[in-house]
Amino acid sequence: MSSRRAPWTRMTTPFRDISRRAVISAGIIVWVMVVAAWWIISHTNVVPAMFLPSPEKVGAAGVRLLSDGSLIVHTLASLEVVMLGFAISSIVAIPVGLWMGSYRAVQAVLEPLVNFVRYLPVTAFVPLLILWIGIGIQQRVSVIILGTFFQQVVMIADSARAVPRDLVNAAYTLGTKRSKVVWHVIFPAALPEILDTLRVTLGWAWSYLVVAELVAASSGLGYITIKAMRGFQVDVIFMAIATIGVLGLLSDLFFRFLRARVAPWAHR
Amino acid sequence: MTELSASSPVEPAPIALFPRQHRPLGTPARLAIEHVTLRYGGPDGTLAVDDVSIDVEQNEFCVIVGPSGCGKSSLLYLAAGLTELTSGDIRVDGHLVSEPGPDRGMVFQGYTLFPWLTVRQNVEYGPKRKGIGKAERRAIAERFLAEVGLGQFADVFPSQLSGGMKQRVALARALANDPSVLFMDEPFGALDSQTRGTMQKLLLRVWEHTQKTVLFVTHDIDEAILLGDRVVVMTARPGRIKAEIKVDFARPRAMDLVLEPEFIALKRHILGLLHDEIDEEH
Ligand SMILES: Nc1ncnc2c1ncn2[C@@H]1O[C@H](COP(=O)(O)OP(=O)(O)O)[C@@H](O)[C@H]1O
Ligand SMILES: [Mg+2]
Repeated sequence: MSSRRAPWTRMTTPFRDISRRAVISAGIIVWVMVVAAWWIISHTNVVPAMFLPSPEKVGAAGVRLLSDGSLIVHTLASLEVVMLGFAISSIVAIPVGLWMGSYRAVQAVLEPLVNFVRYLPVTAFVPLLILWIGIGIQQRVSVIILGTFFQQVVMIADSARAVPRDLVNAAYTLGTKRSKVVWHVIFPAALPEILDTLRVTLGWAWSYLVVAELVAASSGLGYITIKAMRGFQVDVIFMAIATIGVLGLLSDLFFRFLRARVAPWAHR
Repeated sequence: MTELSASSPVEPAPIALFPRQHRPLGTPARLAIEHVTLRYGGPDGTLAVDDVSIDVEQNEFCVIVGPSGCGKSSLLYLAAGLTELTSGDIRVDGHLVSEPGPDRGMVFQGYTLFPWLTVRQNVEYGPKRKGIGKAERRAIAERFLAEVGLGQFADVFPSQLSGGMKQRVALARALANDPSVLFMDEPFGALDSQTRGTMQKLLLRVWEHTQKTVLFVTHDIDEAILLGDRVVVMTARPGRIKAEIKVDFARPRAMDLVLEPEFIALKRHILGLLHDEIDEEH
């Protein structure tokens, strides 16, 4: 029946699936249109080339930075910062979030504090962190942790709190000890949502990276952006931004893959 | 309290399946609910269960019927130790219980299978918590999945099962733990009437095999009479016991029992008791 429906009806029906081919073509078309618009604008000199380099120039910059190896070096430097900060933050946030969502007492202690800190602007802490721990990698990693940890705790606590009560009750009637319920029931029940939280916050970690590297760094994608700004190399700035975008996209895909592997029962 | 005995409408079964032994004087009932009261939310809160006492004997299938919202679920949760009672005692084989434990299994009204475990792992969950070894656990799961007719679904996740199948696995999971008492809180309430009939038939058969002590809650009178050895009728909120009715139909029971005049007479009697309650409310 669905195949006989006009594609237009399907496209305009909420939650209705469209064909795989349509999905892929839509994705390609929108990219072609964006790049074409960019190409036209940069070649008609509506915007001076100094501010908007053409797609070819950005591509050339990419090739140049790749061939002298600096793009790889700076990407790895950024990757190290993001992965370290994100891993440390997640490893602590998962148990803390689960406790906060499971135990009212932990919630009472932590929630007022966490909800205050998570609305503080991370950027404002950068000068303070430089004063406290200098301009080494620790400072950049700290910025990432500060930006992601409190958000992760709140979101993970919410998913723990959303676990159906009767799932826990069923576990009790099957002999689960009170001290083991978080580990045996609440954690696995919340796992798909926890993985979604990690996926979303990893995206945020990438945006905090630039904040961390703009101010105090001697390597990384944020650092080459700043250096390029000083030398009016707009093409390099574009290149660095695009690289971060691609890395973000890859980490998103990685977490989707991980979720499908680790939580196959919650397949979407 | 009224007493009414329905005589057996069919030939007496050749062998009495479970001769209900009279408990020797002085020995405790399998499950004793003694003057249990529950008030939600402090001294001024809702009185949900008011001074209820029920003894359930070993191998007895006891059914509670009552209007919706009368405190049936609350009573089961109290007996299972999942809710703290305001006053009264719950005893299993004479031992006071105050928290949930594997000696009191439960099949819930909603679906409570662990979604991250396969059907087999769900059934093995209780034995695993008890520390039973892998091979034996697997054998237990095999046995109870076969009992509920789902052996071939052992390796799928619960999300792939229909509602009726989920409740069958929930039953297998509770039985695999070999509880002293099995609570069932309107386990078929969310199912369509055809599936419900299938489930009742299955439960009758499983119960006849396993000889569990069951306390079953429903608001469906047919279901209560069909399944139970005894039907306890509760009043509208706050839940009190209005009547206890012995159901003497021979076992094994068949689904067409509901067409027998004796069955209908019993149903009319219980319906009358319940209607009093509903009329009083309005
Ligand atoms: N957690 C709760 N807090 C306050 N009131 C409750 C709670 N659970 C149930 N109740 C109330 O207690 C009464 C009995 O509920 P319940 O035991 O679920 O009835 P039944 O299972 O017979 O439909 C209802 O009036 C319900 O609103
Ligand atoms: Mg109920």
